[in-house]
Amino acid sequence: MRWARFKDYCTTYLFVAPAVALFLLFSLIPFLKIFQLSVFDWDGISSHMRFVGMGNFITALFRDPSWWISLRNAGVITILALTIQNFLALALALIVDREIKGKNFYRVVFYLPPVLSGIVVGLVWNWIFDGSHGLLNHALELLRQPQWARAWLADPHTALFSVAVIHMWKGFGWGFVILLAGLQAIPRELNEAARVDGASEWYIFSRITVPLMLPVFFLVSILTVLGTMQIYDIIVSTTNGGPGYHTEVPITRILNAMTGSNRFGYACSLGILFGLILLAVSMIQMRLSKWSSRFS
Amino acid sequence: MPIETATPPRPAPGIQYRVWFYRLRRWMWLGFAHVFCLTVAAGCLFPLVWMVSSSLKTQSTIFSDMSVLVRHAHWENYYWAWTRGHFSQYFFNSFLYTVVVVVGVIVISSLAAYAFSRLKFPGRDFLFILMISTMMIPIPGSFIALYVLLVKLHLINTRIGYILPQINGGLALGIFLLKTFFDKLPQDLEDAARIDGCNKFQVYRHVAMPLAKPAVAVLAVFNALAVWNEYLLAMLVFADRHLMPLQRGLILFQGSHITQYPLLMAGVTISIIPIITLYFLMQRYIVAGITAGALKM
Repeated sequence: MRWARFKDYCTTYLFVAPAVALFLLFSLIPFLKIFQLSVFDWDGISSHMRFVGMGNFITALFRDPSWWISLRNAGVITILALTIQNFLALALALIVDREIKGKNFYRVVFYLPPVLSGIVVGLVWNWIFDGSHGLLNHALELLRQPQWARAWLADPHTALFSVAVIHMWKGFGWGFVILLAGLQAIPRELNEAARVDGASEWYIFSRITVPLMLPVFFLVSILTVLGTMQIYDIIVSTTNGGPGYHTEVPITRILNAMTGSNRFGYACSLGILFGLILLAVSMIQMRLSKWSSRFS
Repeated sequence: MPIETATPPRPAPGIQYRVWFYRLRRWMWLGFAHVFCLTVAAGCLFPLVWMVSSSLKTQSTIFSDMSVLVRHAHWENYYWAWTRGHFSQYFFNSFLYTVVVVVGVIVISSLAAYAFSRLKFPGRDFLFILMISTMMIPIPGSFIALYVLLVKLHLINTRIGYILPQINGGLALGIFLLKTFFDKLPQDLEDAARIDGCNKFQVYRHVAMPLAKPAVAVLAVFNALAVWNEYLLAMLVFADRHLMPLQRGLILFQGSHITQYPLLMAGVTISIIPIITLYFLMQRYIVAGITAGALKM
């Protein structure tokens, strides 16, 4: 009997064995490995690793201004995405949630940019923002405003903002789809009952839609923050961090420390610091989300 | 008043005005809504139209000819990108990686999800929580250690070294989606198959999997998009051009032919044709996938 049960467990483990093996090798071991590497000074190749303790973290926090610049840049893009991109997504979702014609058409079109890769989106917009022959500058010339024309992605004043525009163009459709799904999960009867009782549109929005949607709002904002802070593909295909450090973001700094200057330990410590920041942000937003679900 | 009146009595003039006012307000709202949505939709589509039209111009006309509809379309740009730009190789590689990773994710995650949902074994809940938590915790630095590991295993600059980590990347969502799906399936069918003499694997293969087709479709589309669009890992793993997928090839092409916009745009167009086709065919599943992935977290 015990032998039969043992055999039964063994065959069951065969079901999960491939998944567990891949998970251990490519998720768990690398995850533990970065903590080990972060306390060493190591060039990635040589067998000699010099123990430096917290040295890498101290360098990152106090002696590497480019790291703080990269965090600030990603933060600026994140704030723009949280406000402009999500408000646009919400406005569109509220409109399309009403019974209007072409609902499916809008949904298909708005979700088109998010299915494209960051590389493709970056390359196409590169050509639109091009300094000498780009579409945007041509349009400005047609509007007789040539003094505004510039190399949008190479000009220190506009580079970060231009990257943010590209990122928001790619991202709003995604927020739109999730917000629309949330809106459609609200029972119609609630709105109709309120309307029959004579409630105004604004009253319905602020007293029914917003409280019920709060968990979805928090979800969209948490995912926007996590996604935007880790922006990389669009940067690589447009500015690659330049001009100067004006569009450097954390992932480009980590990669630069790793493959650019062969400081693997330092790159790991940057990764850990960045992970902690993201974790803190998600914890705060999960708390808020739990708090807000009391309303629904 | 005769009973057989055909037309209903006319409402008082005041009410008629109120009806008109109500209709006018509704039309204005609809007009505003459509203008707003159509503007945004045009903003979504125009860069792509512009990309296609740029891909049909020549190096000499692309900077002066700003028309969207190209008079003399230079379709040979696509031929040059496909051959001399090496996009045929990149395309084949991307296709291969996508198919292998999608099949791998579906097979491995469905096996595990079935075990987590239906079978009993020691350590089941611990393993499940451990694997799912990787989906929740952002680990932006783990690609450094992954790179070190691939170098140690001599998997750097190999196809397998690119495929295995990506299969692993799809497992968390796959197991999660399929487990919730299996949990909702009625147990009776499987019991009947068990009584008829099927073993665990046969029940999984011939009863549970055929029923799980909708969830598998969502998973397949989702992973196909992710693998096709992946760049960071491809950049770290590959040094040889003949192994690179499309996204990596595009950046390589941009680096070496910085100003050849027509060819570059032709390459970009080639790279998005399969994704757009997949998107239009499987649009329903994609929307189901993002909402399932996001709202159930």
